[in-house]
Amino acid sequence: MSQISQKNTPGQDGLLPDLSGRSSVFERVIGIVLLLCGVISILTTISIVVVLVREAYLFFGAPEVTVREFFTGTTWQPAIGKFGIWPLVNATLLTSFAAMVVALPLGISAAIYLSEYASDRTRSIIKPILEVLAGVPTVVYGYFALTFMTPLLRTIFGKGNVDIFNTGSAGIVMGFMILPMISSISEDALRAVPDSLRSAAYGLGATKFETAVRVVVPAALSGIMAAFILGLSRAVGETMIVAVAAGAGPNNFDSWGEAFSAEGFNFFKAAETMTGHIARISQGDISYASLDYSSIFSIGLMLFVITLILNIISRSIVNRLREQYE
Amino acid sequence: MVANKTAERPLTAKPVVSERASSGTGNLALDARDVHVFYGDFEAVKGISLPVHEKEITALIGPSGCGKSTLLRCFNRMNDVVSGVRIEGQILYKGQDIYASQVDPVAVRRRIGMVFQKANPFPKSIYKNVAWGAKINGFKGDMDALVEKSLRQAALWDEVKDKLHQSGLSLSGGQQQRLCIARTLAIEPDVILMDEPASALDPIATSKIEELMLELKENYTIVVVTHNMQQAARVSDRTALLWLGELVEYNDTQTIFTNPSQQKTEDYITGRHG
Ligand SMILES: Nc1ncnc2c1ncn2[C@@H]1O[C@H](COP(=O)(O)OP(=O)(O)OP(=O)(O)O)[C@@H](O)[C@H]1O
Ligand SMILES: [Mg+2]
Repeated sequence: MSQISQKNTPGQDGLLPDLSGRSSVFERVIGIVLLLCGVISILTTISIVVVLVREAYLFFGAPEVTVREFFTGTTWQPAIGKFGIWPLVNATLLTSFAAMVVALPLGISAAIYLSEYASDRTRSIIKPILEVLAGVPTVVYGYFALTFMTPLLRTIFGKGNVDIFNTGSAGIVMGFMILPMISSISEDALRAVPDSLRSAAYGLGATKFETAVRVVVPAALSGIMAAFILGLSRAVGETMIVAVAAGAGPNNFDSWGEAFSAEGFNFFKAAETMTGHIARISQGDISYASLDYSSIFSIGLMLFVITLILNIISRSIVNRLREQYE
Repeated sequence: MVANKTAERPLTAKPVVSERASSGTGNLALDARDVHVFYGDFEAVKGISLPVHEKEITALIGPSGCGKSTLLRCFNRMNDVVSGVRIEGQILYKGQDIYASQVDPVAVRRRIGMVFQKANPFPKSIYKNVAWGAKINGFKGDMDALVEKSLRQAALWDEVKDKLHQSGLSLSGGQQQRLCIARTLAIEPDVILMDEPASALDPIATSKIEELMLELKENYTIVVVTHNMQQAARVSDRTALLWLGELVEYNDTQTIFTNPSQQKTEDYITGRHG
């Protein structure tokens, strides 16, 4: 038996080619290295979450703090033991909203222009300019907001109406920062739409504009949606611009009534966002044991959860639209 | 874009175009006159003159790369959207040069519809696929009725009437192609250009498309590009053979297939071409 089976072993009789992999060792090493890289990034994420959760747990364990107040309070004033997160969340909402109002229409229009209208030459000029916009350090945007956008808003709407620090100015400038990202992801999505669909539209007597807006954009909607959500998470997480230009203290409210009045959503008032607050507190010389210090981890955890939710939403939207469009 | 060079160039081209094919009994829907198409420096269509008769099926045949699609796209100015393309000559649509400077290519395409080689339904519902073109063309009537009529004309209604709001992409390849035909019918064109409409389909789906073409020619003028000799013989009234950008022969389909006057034609239809 063993003799027979030996005869069938490749290479034994010199006729069958040697099929043993020469590169198998190399392949295995590469596989392990790549796996390690993946593991490192996962471990980093996990340790960040662990730190956030542990510190936030300490924070919520403190006698001055209750989870209920954290979510329902309208004042964030660590000095007097008030930890209601809403003022910070509200400021983040305002700056992000302003940013998206600027970035989304401009970004998508730019993407439509670049993908459907611009000649190769024009595109080769405009794209690098947009990329420069994306490469400007955010602190520069911050001072641009403070020294250009705010004075501009104050000239337009009156000095009495617009604070020196305000969420509107920071948000608008943040919109310009996000714009290249939105336009570049949207442009990729638009360009991925097959030309056969454009031909079909032209063949039915559609103009270029009808083709772009009523065939190409809808077909690329999932990609554009992803651009929107990514831009939004970027806006929520953006720190430097709001730290410089939005305000250096929470815009606290006496009651929910006030929080949801016109005052609460006034873009011309100074307000500190979640990220701005974290940045300011962590710069100060406060003790690591203080409640102030551990409070910022609770805010960090909030930010993490918001970004996570945004990502989950974008994934589900993309998946839903994909079923519809592919 | 259109040089008025027709006056300088002789209208009588080299190819053999029979009296009957060029004059015929019916009116001309389209009349290509000494059309040249250049992609950059490359001349893909070298002075073709081809009259297309109303309510007939005209087939364009010829080896791959001979310029059939290029010529077909000239008929509704689809070449305009290709960059680097230059067209000379005239194409008369009901006596009017569609390449004249005051003509809007969008208006031309609303009259002269096109069905492509690869079915390309929009990633929208079946209903919206059919309604889309009519809608952008300002159709104000009963859209439901138009959709049904177009789908019936395209012999697709029975297969899709219960799922009009499913994606057009959920259909089979042959159904998708008929959906594209329905979509073109919904804009109520005069002429339908078809570029190898059945080349990606199985024999049954192909014969459905062929039956459909024969029905449609009651009301529409059809120009069809095909690689399939039997198909040209079965459905078309007239056939033109193109070769390296030139028109070799244009005549009644029956004459082309039984008694061609050119050796090249005979070689090509019997499959003896190199
Ligand atoms: N967009 C383009 N740019 C440059 N050259 C092109 C372009 N489209 C076609 N051509 C060239 O023009 C010639 C004719 O092409 P065309 O597509 O009209 O051929 P065809 O007869 O339809 O061939 P097939 O039967 O393979 O579809 C070919 O040599 C092709 O390479
Ligand atoms: Mg072709």
